[in-house]
Amino acid sequence: MTMDYGTLRGFFALLILALFIIIVIWSYSKKRKSSFDNAAKSIFEEDDRKEKNNEQETNKNV
Amino acid sequence: MSQSNTSAVDYNMTVVRQFTVMTVIWGFVGTLVGVLIAAQLIWPALNFDTPWLTYSRLRPLHTNAVIFAFGTSALFATSYYVVQRTCKTTLFGGSLASFTFWGWQAVIVAAAITLPLGYTSSKEYAELEWPIDILIAVVWVSYAIVFFGTLIKRKTSHIYVANWFFGGFIITVAVLHIGNSMVIPVSMMKSYSLYSGAIDAMMQWWYGHNAVGFLLTAGFLGMMYYFVPKQAERPVYSYRLSIVHFWALVSLYIWAGPHHLHYTALPDWAQSVGMVMSVVLFLPSWGGMINGIMTLSGAWHKLRHDPILRFLIVSLSFYGMSTFEGPMMAIKSVNALSHYTDWTVGHVHSGALGWVAMVSIGAMYHLIPILFNQGRMYSIRLINVHFWMHTAGIVLYIVAMWISGVMQGLMWRAVNTDGTLTYSFVESLTASYPFYFMRFLGGALVVAGFVIMIYNMFKTIRAEDRSLERVEAGQEAMA
Repeated sequence: MTMDYGTLRGFFALLILALFIIIVIWSYSKKRKSSFDNAAKSIFEEDDRKEKNNEQETNKNV
Repeated sequence: MSQSNTSAVDYNMTVVRQFTVMTVIWGFVGTLVGVLIAAQLIWPALNFDTPWLTYSRLRPLHTNAVIFAFGTSALFATSYYVVQRTCKTTLFGGSLASFTFWGWQAVIVAAAITLPLGYTSSKEYAELEWPIDILIAVVWVSYAIVFFGTLIKRKTSHIYVANWFFGGFIITVAVLHIGNSMVIPVSMMKSYSLYSGAIDAMMQWWYGHNAVGFLLTAGFLGMMYYFVPKQAERPVYSYRLSIVHFWALVSLYIWAGPHHLHYTALPDWAQSVGMVMSVVLFLPSWGGMINGIMTLSGAWHKLRHDPILRFLIVSLSFYGMSTFEGPMMAIKSVNALSHYTDWTVGHVHSGALGWVAMVSIGAMYHLIPILFNQGRMYSIRLINVHFWMHTAGIVLYIVAMWISGVMQGLMWRAVNTDGTLTYSFVESLTASYPFYFMRFLGGALVVAGFVIMIYNMFKTIRAEDRSLERVEAGQEAMA
């Protein structure tokens, strides 16, 4: 049995939809929450104090 | 999970410094050319009757300078910085990173010479002729090797979300550039596209819109996911949303190109697919914007005093605005009014000056002190002045273009009862002049802001190491 191009595309669209749903379920599963929280915080593990210079505020200096 | 002894990592910050300084300089040059051509639309004599200063040659120079010199240098600088910092390892490939810097600057210089001389492939945002295209491809593949090589040898287990966006942008731009630049050369500086007719047009806008989607969006979202949390000193609002955001954005953007070809020879079904995909794209775009802005949730007061954070957050507001406007303009009936008018120009600039430039400027102000061993920029007040000049400039620009764009669209479609056109083209042009002047003023403010930024940058670089001290948290004077 041969499948025409249009049907194939239909299946492809469903496949992408299924993948998207899997990604949503995977990323929002309770099991992964703490590892994602750690990942979000990972950028604050500083190498060096001098790097922490985010305090550039208008009415504090200059 | 805190690792205390990572300061031993010998990062390659030289290439980050080089790209950072050039970002600021190209930002000034690119917008200056933009203001010159904006002035030419009001005072055509400003081409001084020389062929290489005509609008038609300087316009691609302006777009190439802001997208590929300013924007892409900012992406090189921030991606090289972020990938090293988040992977806790130096760049892969040794001097290959240095090659990407000098190679990319060579591309920019080649563009600045060949475009005014009139060498062009005539494909929008891909005007450069084939020898330069080959150099771009070589530099870009080297960039991919450096970036992904660094990811592979990372010392951390997780790949931070900013790197996903940078990685997606690097791969896709390579595919787009190489795909759309396929040509048959007939001489050193002349070539013809491998594609013909409507297929060539579709290839061009598949490239063109994804240059917007991946270079000007995904890449800068990578920048956003690192620098917004860093400057706000809070982790991103939802890391899970950032994952869904990434996959939804990259899988949808690639289909949106046909909205540039509404009511053309492109098959009708392809136009409709482009329209639907563009409208759906609104969702991941706003997901990302909300994720960025909500990072400040509970710390909104920081916006009051921190002009760098203001640049970053206002950039997200402009991103939200233009990603609402974009899907709307992709609807065929709206496009029938907006296409070929100044509305499109206004839309592009709310994205380019509002989103791309502001997020880059914010990231550069965050980076410059770190890269040049200072605690802060030379003058925080001047950052604030820059912020207001830039913001006022954009508002003048996009309001002018909205009004003139809608006006042009309405004048061009107006018909008399006997079916003849109510207005000639020249009448719509004459009516646009006041708005062209308003746009010129807005652009001039943006350029003046860049002058202030260059001054502030060189003052920071020239200052003695660590002489500009950061102000400790807690001493905050309440406004």
